[in-house]
Amino acid sequence: MAELKKDETRFVIAIYVDNKFGVLTRVTSMFTRRGFNIDALTVGVTESPEYSRITLSMSGDGYARAQMLNQLRKLHNVKKVEILDEKDTIERELLLIKVNNETDQHQLIMSCVDIFKAKIIDYSTTTLGIEVTGDSDKIDAFIEMIRPVGIIESCRSGVIALSKGSGSMLDTPDLF
Amino acid sequence: MKLKGAEIVIESLIDQGVTDIFGYPGGTVLDIYDALYARSDRINHVLVSHEQHAAHAADGYARATGKVGVVLATSGPGATNLVTGIATAMLDSIPVVAITGNVGRPMVGKDSFQEVDITGITLPITKHNYFVNDIEELPGIMREAFKIAKSDRPGPVLIDIPKDIQNMVTDFEPQGPVRPYDRIQPQENRIAEAVAAINKAERPFIYIGGGINAAEAYDDVIKLADKIDAVIGSSLMGISCIPNENPRYLGMVGMHGQYASTISQDDADLIIAIGTRFSDRVTGKTSEFCKEATIIHMDVDFAEISKNVTADIGVRGDLRISLPMLISGVDKKEHPEWRARVDELVAKEKGLHAETLGVDPRDIMEVINDIKSDDTVVATDVGQHQMWAAQYLTFRKPRKFVTSGGLGTMGFGMGAAEGACVATKQPTVLVTGDGSFGMNLNEVMTSVLYKLPLTIVIMNNKVLGMVRQWQTLFYGERYSNTVLEERAPDYVKLAEAFGATGVVTETVEEFREAFDKAYHSGGVTLIDCRIHKDEFVLPMIPAGQTVADMVTERGAK
Repeated sequence: MAELKKDETRFVIAIYVDNKFGVLTRVTSMFTRRGFNIDALTVGVTESPEYSRITLSMSGDGYARAQMLNQLRKLHNVKKVEILDEKDTIERELLLIKVNNETDQHQLIMSCVDIFKAKIIDYSTTTLGIEVTGDSDKIDAFIEMIRPVGIIESCRSGVIALSKGSGSMLDTPDLF
Repeated sequence: MKLKGAEIVIESLIDQGVTDIFGYPGGTVLDIYDALYARSDRINHVLVSHEQHAAHAADGYARATGKVGVVLATSGPGATNLVTGIATAMLDSIPVVAITGNVGRPMVGKDSFQEVDITGITLPITKHNYFVNDIEELPGIMREAFKIAKSDRPGPVLIDIPKDIQNMVTDFEPQGPVRPYDRIQPQENRIAEAVAAINKAERPFIYIGGGINAAEAYDDVIKLADKIDAVIGSSLMGISCIPNENPRYLGMVGMHGQYASTISQDDADLIIAIGTRFSDRVTGKTSEFCKEATIIHMDVDFAEISKNVTADIGVRGDLRISLPMLISGVDKKEHPEWRARVDELVAKEKGLHAETLGVDPRDIMEVINDIKSDDTVVATDVGQHQMWAAQYLTFRKPRKFVTSGGLGTMGFGMGAAEGACVATKQPTVLVTGDGSFGMNLNEVMTSVLYKLPLTIVIMNNKVLGMVRQWQTLFYGERYSNTVLEERAPDYVKLAEAFGATGVVTETVEEFREAFDKAYHSGGVTLIDCRIHKDEFVLPMIPAGQTVADMVTERGAK
């Protein structure tokens, strides 16, 4: 992830879009055209079959935040956009990581797995495949902890997030 | 009734009240053209010489009427030729529906002959676009495209229809023209904030743009100005929204804006920006732009508010609702000191007219003013002639000035003038330059074919005048690739070859005689109006600079 500049914050946006061919391209094309950088993006089906939900994390100042929201809302296939407030949001990311198993640091690996409630999902004499879920900070921390063992390959899913409370984002009114 | 996809396209156009379309046939729209053939009693198709001009014509048609312009082109190069026209309409928020054919779905993605991903290409330059993947969706898409094109902030919509879909059959029932989406209500607290700021202001300036056309809010702008004793300036796109004879209207602001308009905008303590987007051609250096003023920004597009210039108060909503609310809220005011200051600026502007080196471009515009009627549309291309037209032409009615503002498209003029002429059926004028005209002169044959009453005025300086002006001022008079002298065609012969009339004028009197005759001839006349290659467009605020840097006199030259 890029270093934050002055006045920049990192934030997570949830977007309901029509579950149609080409809609993801429309969203990402807008980001390219307006010069916004996406840190991570996930997309998948939702509780209602006609919509997909895009969860996107990016960083920017207040101007970028407002412009990005407004430009997203103008896209015809975008039904709902919200910036998810960190303290009212449940947030998860998945990490799959392959580390070296040929060292004498099994103890370190096992304590990492323990502390982070990770799972070993593939085992061989040479490598270990590990699965970790948590918020992005936890994933960052796990990677740093296990780094001395030797990371061969890793892959993060990007954040998915839901706001807490009883309502659905689809039912909240738009406020401009 | 059961209809083929191609027939649904044409019946949908008829259903939407479309009477004229512009286009060029080709392999993947043969079926649509065949369906059109059967319905030529209902839809007048104008066959252009190149798809780009069809797109500009649809755009000019829309600008002159407020109706949705329609353009039809084939796949591949036909579709890519539309791109400049679509981008032009996008940047100026003009409602256009572009229909393209594509190869049949089994051929899509195989780099088939004349296949191109036009929805991908036009993604960032359309308000929305469609690739029709299912015949059942076609009737709905045709309706929705018109709805999107004309709702809120208008814009171009493209529909790409594979050839096999055009031959599939489904149910179609006419439903009449679609209504735009519900008008967007402004927030009352924002109106209240704006009212408070206006009541406090002593030097109010209303800055309008093309959004006034889209909302047809002409009278409301004048009512507001009258009530709060404000003056009005416009962006290039706002020209002809307010009659020039209205004493509150000072003309265009910005880089080549009128002196009094631009200076009083800078002097104002309150800017009410309505249906406009603070283009860099208006603001110059944004950090210095109207630094002392409170800025109220009213627009239907919420993304425009604080995009280029931070607004103190943003009023998002349909101007047809927000302006009457604002007018009824504000106190009646008089600002005699402010008006006296503006009058001084206007008086000073009259004395500023820089000396010219040959035929004065302003005199040419004055002749056009004298002869044209209030209903005449004047289209332009892009460059010095466009700025002279913007500065010196006068209008009494809206939608009479058709010009490419945001994209600045050289080659826009011929197509746009034809579109406006087809729409208004009135004598139409194109003011162009020899550079721009070179990009679209093949369209003359279309005008001749359709017997359009079109007078083409080429402000011929045998150079790319605007670029040359910059080369003179900022590039040490190094005229890199801007001299057209040796390639200048004989425009009289050119006109005759196309079946039009051509005439050369070297004085204002010759021009008056030629223009008068051409304007009343009912046919196509090309006037090669000779001007000096070193005329300047003044005043000028160099790009990215401020009002303090305004140049009002020719320097070295």
